[in-house]
Amino acid sequence: MNAFPAAPLGNDLDLPHIRPSEIEQQPPIPQRLVEIHGWGRAAGAMSHLHGIESVADAVSALRSSAGRGVTPRGLGRSYGDAAQNSGGATLDLTHLDKILAVDVAAEPATVTVQAGVSIDTLMKALLPFGLWVPVLPGTRQVTIGGAIAADVHGKNHHTQGSFGNHVRSLDLLTPDGSVRTLTRPAGGSWEGLDDDGRLFWTTIGGMGLTGAIVAAVVELQRVETAYFTVDTDRCSDIDDLMARMSEGDEDYNYSVAWFDAVTRGKHMGRAVLTRGDKARLSQLEPKQRRDPLKFAAPSFGTIPEVFPNRMVNKLTAKAFSEFWYRKAPQHRVGELQNITQFFHPLDIVAEWNRLYGPNGFLQYQFAVPFDEPETFKRCFEMIVTSGHLSCLNVLKRFGPGNLSPLSFPMPGWTLTVDLPIEAGLDRLCDALDEEVVGAGGRVYLAKDSRLTAQRFRQMYPRLDDFLSVRNAVDPQHLFSSDLARRLEI
Amino acid sequence: MAPPRRPSDESSSLINATGNPSSLLLLGGTSDIALAIARKYARRGGLRVVLAARPGERRTAAAAELSGLGCRVAEVDLDARDHASHAATIEAAFAEGDIDVAVVAFGLLGDAEQAWQDAEHALELAEVNYAAPVHLGVLLAERLKAQAHGVIVALSSVAGERVRRSNFVYGSTKAGFDGFYLGLGEALRGTGVRVLVVRPGFVKSKMTDGLDEAPLAATPEEVADATVDAVAARRELIWVPVPMRFVMSGLRHVPRPLFRKLPL
Repeated sequence: MNAFPAAPLGNDLDLPHIRPSEIEQQPPIPQRLVEIHGWGRAAGAMSHLHGIESVADAVSALRSSAGRGVTPRGLGRSYGDAAQNSGGATLDLTHLDKILAVDVAAEPATVTVQAGVSIDTLMKALLPFGLWVPVLPGTRQVTIGGAIAADVHGKNHHTQGSFGNHVRSLDLLTPDGSVRTLTRPAGGSWEGLDDDGRLFWTTIGGMGLTGAIVAAVVELQRVETAYFTVDTDRCSDIDDLMARMSEGDEDYNYSVAWFDAVTRGKHMGRAVLTRGDKARLSQLEPKQRRDPLKFAAPSFGTIPEVFPNRMVNKLTAKAFSEFWYRKAPQHRVGELQNITQFFHPLDIVAEWNRLYGPNGFLQYQFAVPFDEPETFKRCFEMIVTSGHLSCLNVLKRFGPGNLSPLSFPMPGWTLTVDLPIEAGLDRLCDALDEEVVGAGGRVYLAKDSRLTAQRFRQMYPRLDDFLSVRNAVDPQHLFSSDLARRLEI
Repeated sequence: MAPPRRPSDESSSLINATGNPSSLLLLGGTSDIALAIARKYARRGGLRVVLAARPGERRTAAAAELSGLGCRVAEVDLDARDHASHAATIEAAFAEGDIDVAVVAFGLLGDAEQAWQDAEHALELAEVNYAAPVHLGVLLAERLKAQAHGVIVALSSVAGERVRRSNFVYGSTKAGFDGFYLGLGEALRGTGVRVLVVRPGFVKSKMTDGLDEAPLAATPEEVADATVDAVAARRELIWVPVPMRFVMSGLRHVPRPLFRKLPL
């Protein structure tokens, strides 16, 4: 059953320890000045891109970085400027793509992976063992390193927390050129943590600013099938939606709602709520039972780079919203859906961000505490009535956050909209920031490309905890990024 | 990794996704147009502004105004005619971090009739309007190239597009200025740094106080509006107001005997 050699956890796994004295001996690695950009495709950066094939390569890149530091980068799914470093070095870590060990027998089972392995690859490798990646973001095309650095969340945040909650240990290449293995500390409070414990939690959600994650041990869940039993409900407006989620979410492991952000009037905020759980073998159709762990992820090709700006306009956005709402049943219980249907409908086509044309788009995701439902609804109304059009809108209830100082999820409501870049968008987003700050909420850094340093400080009150750890491990700020410079981290 | 969106010779900037910079350098920090641009960007809050200008009441007042708008303001000394001081000016301008947008706004209109008959005055115009912008432009480009992002906004003038008898010393300096910054924009392609050349017509400002208003006159605010939009739209050359482009395009081709008879 165990196809991978069981290896000891930690960093004797193809991860040479390199002392600072040895750094000088590393040969320079190839690099080129290229334009890179986030998934939103707005505000790219010219950066020296280093293809990293080994930890030694990464150390060599650290050595050769002049002045503007280095930024680790995975599959480039951060929407904004988190994984770009204009004028400096950007480390492409996607070639660190080995799955090093799977411990199926342990409880929970674990996998040891290099940081550049994508969730897509990992899911495909683990499913035959009946193992499941516990937290799946909106796309499988993210690396494990990126998932940890952004502390991504999924539809099951209210029951399972964010990705960082499931990391048992990680190997971090720190600015001094050494690789440190950091194990999740047992303690439940920041004050009780030692230096390594704090560095562990600061690296989670740390946006790559404490060093480069090169490997990790992730705890897994077990599944009998690769299917989900899904209940779908249409909700007539936002109050209806929020009420239903508040009442019923705890009965499901996975819950998320799409809502219509275009239609105004009495249908404003109509939504489709989908909630589900992993399907058990006995729940499958006989045909599905023949291959219950089949990874069903069809791809219908790649979106070509031919679309102009304003493809998302009043007409297309209205038509899409109408279609998406109408195609959902009024109320349906127990439908069996595969992975792509349930988690990643957008992954059916590659490079879908090209649909937004050359100007690109931004994704605005914020969270506000549960005791601020009015702010939440006001933000929602501001978006719908702004004239800016968003088709892919997601609403979810978060569960408790974790110890990471810069992790995004907090107990409360979160809402995400995709907005094409157009004149006036900055004013809408700035106005939303103000509401969110006023309610004690925050926006998600992995999606941000426009927040000001001032607002960021107001949204992340534990910034000082972050800075104390980061300044200790990286006093020269060798690890930096355009996001870090913009937010003055 | 997602493939690059554009060929790599297209440049980028740290200006955020919605077109707003977080830091602004004004070379000529008391210029009406430069301050109008700063006010526009300042609406957002949290803007860092470096005011490079001669020390004095006007700079102090400008700094106070921008601070009042919520900007973090740093004042830096700039003396256009003291070339030896330029390197220190640029160094100081970048002391607190990257510059997203740098506006080259200083200039001198001078007295047109005096300028072509008084060698000292002519030299002053040539130094302030051409030599200094070139010298500072090279130093600025070097810094921006190192950070691999940023936009230089060069406030040119239609006076340089076809130089007229009525103010040809000024016009000739602006012709050189315009050519230098257009060329700099070409040279910087592929580095992440962009140059926007702005050619306003007659602007009602303290520079033109007491002069008769010309047709298609613009206010500093209108120039600022057009500039901010052009930065966001990644433009390389604009005229303010827009019809000025076609007027100048026509004037460029008017034969000399006829041109000298025009009341320009």
